[in-house]
Amino acid sequence: MSDAPTAASVPGPISAEERDELRRHGILLTSVQELYNWGRSHSVWPLNFGLACCAIEMIAASMAKFDIARFGSEVFRPSPRQADLIIVSGTVTKKMAPHVVRLWNQMPEPKYCIAMGACAISGGPFKQGYNVLKGIDRYIPVDIYIPGCPPRPEALLHGLVELQEKIRQQPLRGPDAPRHLRSDLPCDATVPELGATDIEPPFSPDVWKPPTLVRPDKA
Amino acid sequence: MMLPDPAATGLARVRKIEGDALGLRTPAFAPTEGAGDLLEVSLGPHHPSTHGVFRMDVVLDGERIVRLKPVFGYLHRNHEKLGEATSYLGSMPYTDRLDYLNSMTNNWAYALAVEKLAGIPVTERAEYVRVVLAELSRLLNHTCLAGFLMQDCGCSGTPLMYAFREREKILDLFESLSGSRMMCNVQRFGGCRVDPSAEWLAATRRLVDGYGAFLDEFEALLSGNEIVMARTQGVGRLPAALAVNAGITGPMLRASGVGHDLRKVDGYGVYPRFNFRVPIGRDGDVYDRYMVRMLEMRESIAILDQALRDLPGGPILDPKAKQRGLRPKAGEAYGRIEGPKGEIGFFLVSDGTGNPTRYRVRAPSFVNLTVLEDLCLGHTVADAVIILGSIDIVLGEVDR
Repeated sequence: MSDAPTAASVPGPISAEERDELRRHGILLTSVQELYNWGRSHSVWPLNFGLACCAIEMIAASMAKFDIARFGSEVFRPSPRQADLIIVSGTVTKKMAPHVVRLWNQMPEPKYCIAMGACAISGGPFKQGYNVLKGIDRYIPVDIYIPGCPPRPEALLHGLVELQEKIRQQPLRGPDAPRHLRSDLPCDATVPELGATDIEPPFSPDVWKPPTLVRPDKA
Repeated sequence: MMLPDPAATGLARVRKIEGDALGLRTPAFAPTEGAGDLLEVSLGPHHPSTHGVFRMDVVLDGERIVRLKPVFGYLHRNHEKLGEATSYLGSMPYTDRLDYLNSMTNNWAYALAVEKLAGIPVTERAEYVRVVLAELSRLLNHTCLAGFLMQDCGCSGTPLMYAFREREKILDLFESLSGSRMMCNVQRFGGCRVDPSAEWLAATRRLVDGYGAFLDEFEALLSGNEIVMARTQGVGRLPAALAVNAGITGPMLRASGVGHDLRKVDGYGVYPRFNFRVPIGRDGDVYDRYMVRMLEMRESIAILDQALRDLPGGPILDPKAKQRGLRPKAGEAYGRIEGPKGEIGFFLVSDGTGNPTRYRVRAPSFVNLTVLEDLCLGHTVADAVIILGSIDIVLGEVDR
């Protein structure tokens, strides 16, 4: 565990050099946080959930050539109850958005979300469509964005490695603790519904704020 | 809706034939007397066996399906409306994303429609390259389909692993030619965007030469497999009359014993120059649909063999063929080819401007899906899953 995230942030009288010295003598020193995060970062089980073109590349990433099993994530679970990670792989339409958010709510904490591909990030090439959601981050908190149309399987693997790094950095206490360890943050996302003319609400204010447009010429 | 005036464009009104009037649709499966309540189950849109975001509302009497309502539109991406708002060339990348396993054939069908509309001749070399790319795409599609179908049958993992191993080899070729694995965007009006190099052709030759051995191995494991045969034979029979009446095309139609293949019927491109057979099935069940695709791949290898042998030199694209700012004369054109899933066609109406007035996609997956209820009545839910798998749908194309 020499790649321990932030030795400086771990309180204690032992410095990183001393820990390395002990490790050379066969003594491993660690904290509950490091051990806990190390364990769960290497067994992220994704939800077996595909939306469009990107889903094919997601399947390709789980097949022999790219072999997502090397990163501990080959166990694609059909049930959200057993999944840690939802990979939103494809265009989310307004008809599909309530289902995606409901799946997210059905997943137990701690859970993570990867927005794979241009469509899941922003609507992509289909953004002009009246019924295409302009990014799944309007409803559920996205941890990793993978650009591409579709991203290559290597890009998905890179995104997964970045997510593992993010998991390893999560403190278990304090203001930066993840949602499931804090009582003041909601774990569930707002499920949108098809209203009279559009999907309602258009976005969840908990996770997304409309960007402030700055016009240099009007400033 | 912005539909063109039929009188202005000379569109003929088509009389609609009701399937029920001809007595061809399967009569609704009668529930057993005193069997108790019917159970309604919603399969999808999040379900691993629906091949995307597709829902089947199934009504069950015990284990048997008595009613099945397909629900789609979860992936509607406004393809046709976007096509009408985009220039002719600008629609080409969108066609990649219709049937996202076969961008090559989608490109070709669209290019063919625009070439017909604008009267653009295609170079000789490009015609051959198109055949090579389309047949590689057919190999890719049918291989993946067989893998997914076996996954649906419950053979989890291994056949799909084999299929995707071969898919990667073909995708490597596509990538080295076009720069993209899936969304190749290779065709242009009057030819292709890129010219395959001698090394690329040699690599393709190696792949084609080795593909038969892969098929031998794959078929030795599956085609005569007792479990596969017990699971798929006699399931989801599609009578030839219903198939024709419902507009079914592609391997699904041929599995029902109708020898209709646009490569022979239309003879588009340079297909009449090649010697190949059209495999047809007898029973029209899931097994026949699987077998027809397996045999089709052998014929694809034969076509690839001849196309690579006869590939002429010359330009791949006439530099004078207009791409950007193309403004065809007012009129209409329908370009269709035999895609791996069936007849993929594009119907374009031009009013002389830079965008088509009407852009319509004839999606084989969508039309082939219309008989799903007829195939599934009386079968179990597990059978419905493999029947859907054998239809070979891609939701990007169904919902468009």
